[in-house]
Amino acid sequence: MTIFIWTIQFIFIPVASPLCVGIIKKIKARLQNREGASIFQPYKNLWKLLHKDEVISSDASWIFSLAPFIIFSATVVVGASIPLFGFFLKNTLTGDILIIVYSLSIGTFFLALAGMDTGSAFGGFGSSREMTISALAEGGLIFSLLTVALISDTTNLFAISGSIFGQGQHFFSALLAFSGFFIVLLAETSRFPYDNPDTHLELTMIHEAMILEYSGKRLALMEWASANKLLIFFALGANLFFSSGLVQNAYAYTIILGIVIFMVKIFIFCLVIALIESSMAKFRFFRLPDLLLVSFILNVVAIGLIY
Amino acid sequence: MLEIITSPISFFILLSLFFFGAFGSLLLRKDDDSANIWSSFFAIAGSLWGLLFSVATIISEHILAFVVKGSPFPLLSISFNIDLLSAFFIFIISLIALFCSLYGIGYVRHYYQKYNIGALGFFYNFFILGMLFVVTASNGIFFLIGWEIMTVASFFAVIYDREDQENVKAGFLYLVMTYISTAFIVAAFLLIYKFTGSFDFAIIKSGVGLLPIGVKNIIFLAALIGFGVKAGIIPLHIWLPAAHPAAPSHISALMSGVMIKTGIFMMIRLFLDILQPIPIWWGIVVLIIGIISSLLGVLYALTEHDIKRLLAYHSIENIGIILLGLGSALIFSSLSMPVLALLSLVAALFHTLNHAIFKSLLFLGAGSVINQMHTRNMEEYGGLIKYMPQTAFFFLIGSMAISALPPFNGFFSEWLTFQSLFQGIIILDSSMRWLFILAVGALAFTSGLALACFVKAFGSIFLARPRSVEVAHAKESPLSMVFGMGVLATLSFLFGIFSSQITFLLEKIGHSFTIFQNMPITFLAKNNQGLVVKNGFASVSGLAFLVFFAGTIMVVFFIIRKVVNRRQKIKMGATWDCGTNLTSRMEITSTGFARSIVLIFKAILKPSIQHEIGYHDSESRYLPKQRTVILGVNDVYQTYFYHPLHKLVDILSLRTKKIQSGNINDYIFYIFITLLVVLFATL
Repeated sequence: MTIFIWTIQFIFIPVASPLCVGIIKKIKARLQNREGASIFQPYKNLWKLLHKDEVISSDASWIFSLAPFIIFSATVVVGASIPLFGFFLKNTLTGDILIIVYSLSIGTFFLALAGMDTGSAFGGFGSSREMTISALAEGGLIFSLLTVALISDTTNLFAISGSIFGQGQHFFSALLAFSGFFIVLLAETSRFPYDNPDTHLELTMIHEAMILEYSGKRLALMEWASANKLLIFFALGANLFFSSGLVQNAYAYTIILGIVIFMVKIFIFCLVIALIESSMAKFRFFRLPDLLLVSFILNVVAIGLIY
Repeated sequence: MLEIITSPISFFILLSLFFFGAFGSLLLRKDDDSANIWSSFFAIAGSLWGLLFSVATIISEHILAFVVKGSPFPLLSISFNIDLLSAFFIFIISLIALFCSLYGIGYVRHYYQKYNIGALGFFYNFFILGMLFVVTASNGIFFLIGWEIMTVASFFAVIYDREDQENVKAGFLYLVMTYISTAFIVAAFLLIYKFTGSFDFAIIKSGVGLLPIGVKNIIFLAALIGFGVKAGIIPLHIWLPAAHPAAPSHISALMSGVMIKTGIFMMIRLFLDILQPIPIWWGIVVLIIGIISSLLGVLYALTEHDIKRLLAYHSIENIGIILLGLGSALIFSSLSMPVLALLSLVAALFHTLNHAIFKSLLFLGAGSVINQMHTRNMEEYGGLIKYMPQTAFFFLIGSMAISALPPFNGFFSEWLTFQSLFQGIIILDSSMRWLFILAVGALAFTSGLALACFVKAFGSIFLARPRSVEVAHAKESPLSMVFGMGVLATLSFLFGIFSSQITFLLEKIGHSFTIFQNMPITFLAKNNQGLVVKNGFASVSGLAFLVFFAGTIMVVFFIIRKVVNRRQKIKMGATWDCGTNLTSRMEITSTGFARSIVLIFKAILKPSIQHEIGYHDSESRYLPKQRTVILGVNDVYQTYFYHPLHKLVDILSLRTKKIQSGNINDYIFYIFITLLVVLFATL
């Protein structure tokens, strides 16, 4: 049974993440009065890309070839180390807030290097912008996770999600921390107002610029990894700040219940993201640091309110 | 067996190996090759002996204290006290010296026929010897002699490549700064002597109660400035980014990896050991300096395009991180929370060790690149990964370790530092809590910016297309250099995986301090899998992460390569060029990469931009012939601190000059006045 649960935990993020992307795209299409592609279209895209031939730049090195595997694996490892549907799993080895943050940094590090590796101007600028944003987002991210860690007196994610701090007294700090977290979520997952996930316009793109030279199965891994990252941030937001609905016993029906509740929470996140992307414009690049600073300050205030 | 290794005689063998290495290479100076081999051989042998000696001392917990009889001066006693902290620093010195010496065998070759190799070997061995004296001396005056040996030897290493005027200038800046530092240290020791009547550390420690609190505070400030200059804290750091790049790379590695840590060593020794108990504001000052140095260090590193200056600024950043640990240890100890103080001290010591490893690795990597490219300017590199694959791989590991990416060692010491700061937020109240929140914020931003900086460094050195013709002539370094880097990279990996075992040893070292003795409960739980803080407040395992991560990569690789994909082809093609000819000038430069961060922090960094346009016809300025844009960063320390200081000294000197009239009658008058004053004072 334990092995079975861990298998679900391990494959849940990569299996469900393309669906998230599909749902967001579908909602956005509806808001634009379009029919939109099926919510399963991202799966079909991945399948298609995995079976295509590849072109690799002759300027690229092994960093470029290996990066998709490292980035994808980093998201899978992180996805398996965070609470998804239940907190009965005890992960004291890789479930710490800091190792989660820094494991995601491994992905960012190799993504930015891969962007520079082919020597195209797009890739280099994409990397530069990505590193600028992620360097500034790190403070907000660590602090928002720290806020909930301080409330629950542990930095282990499973233990945080298992502690019941939603009952009133720390409601306001948790809310502030969540607002800060949400700003970082948009930055880290390359969403509006930081980045436009649908464009290949050189003036605006960040994430797409770095993976511009990828094709075939490596592109599939890159796209998949960024979908994983999106779902990881959704899961962190849903389970650390709104932990009700996480099941605490490992029975078959509770697990199914937990997964259903989790999916509902994720759907709400998808809806919010789609609404944001349909209703606001991308910010000018040099206004983004202000937004990230707001996230940091919100979290500092949140920590101040705990005591 | 352990007793023999930890005996005084064994320690003298250690010292004499470096001594022979120094003088032997001076004697053999006529022949470059034999001088190189002689000095490297003795440095390697000495380092190996030092490793053995220090490990044996730490394992047997044998404190070696002895005095060499027959000192010609009454106040100077040649006395050594090798406790566990000294042994730990001997370990760091020997470890880094070992690989730097190995690397040096190959690296020094390009100085053959150009400079005197014997002299380099002499100063190199004396440099290590000086550091060994510094960490083992237990007498103030003897300590200063060791301190000066270390300083002077490293000064000559900095100006070794003397044909470059910049290096000589850097050397003199270093010399001036380091003498300011020595002056403050001497002042601190003299004050201590005035009240305790001794230069001997053990006697000072027992008589520390004799120091009035005001004097103690002055001693603290003098020691902080004195040792802070050596450690490179901001704003006393200005010599560091100038001097470290100037020295030959294996000596840069030793300076950046080890020498600046002697400042940290003495801070630990004085503030946590000898001068205990201490007022709380000492710790606050140290913590604030840590916050400033770590954040500004990494920001200045981002502005650099000189590879060795970039690394030098990262040393300042990491000293800041170490001081975050040390500062919180001081605060906890003065609030009598020894358990937390020990946790913070372990974090600081662990980061000291880790930084020594990955920083020397990075300096050696930089040295290999410079050796092939003959320039330190990163804008002229590019694409070196194809020409120097092994160097690139080791540099990548160093970059990941310094950016605190798991499972390398940098992550685990930063994790411990984070945890000790978290404990401060939980336990302390009001204003102190805000200080710790600020410190956590500084550390979080620092690590984020360090990641950006090393993407920039690795990307512009090793990736994309070559930006100069020199790159095509680059070859992989000789075996001794690659081996030196390889072992350091392996250590950086192993010290991450076995971080829990190492922190137990470090905790043992911490327990040897008087303030931590008889303290049964500790914050670190004994767990062979990983680090655990305070019964599960936090835990992390390097080994589990590695197994998990490597396993996932292999599974993904297998599925993608074997299961999903069997028939597809991989073609090589050119990078998409938008229909133009793609040249290396279209790649992002290291200056361009960091420009957006520099502009975001423009209030702190004060970036400067200068346009120059040359016209075809200077009368009618319609057709520009050439445009130049110079991007830079204003040196705020020179403008707002050192320049005014220099002016002040200048004005004061001019004022003082006035009494020097040259008239003999005046001087007799001065003597008379002095005589009167002295008579009145004594009567």
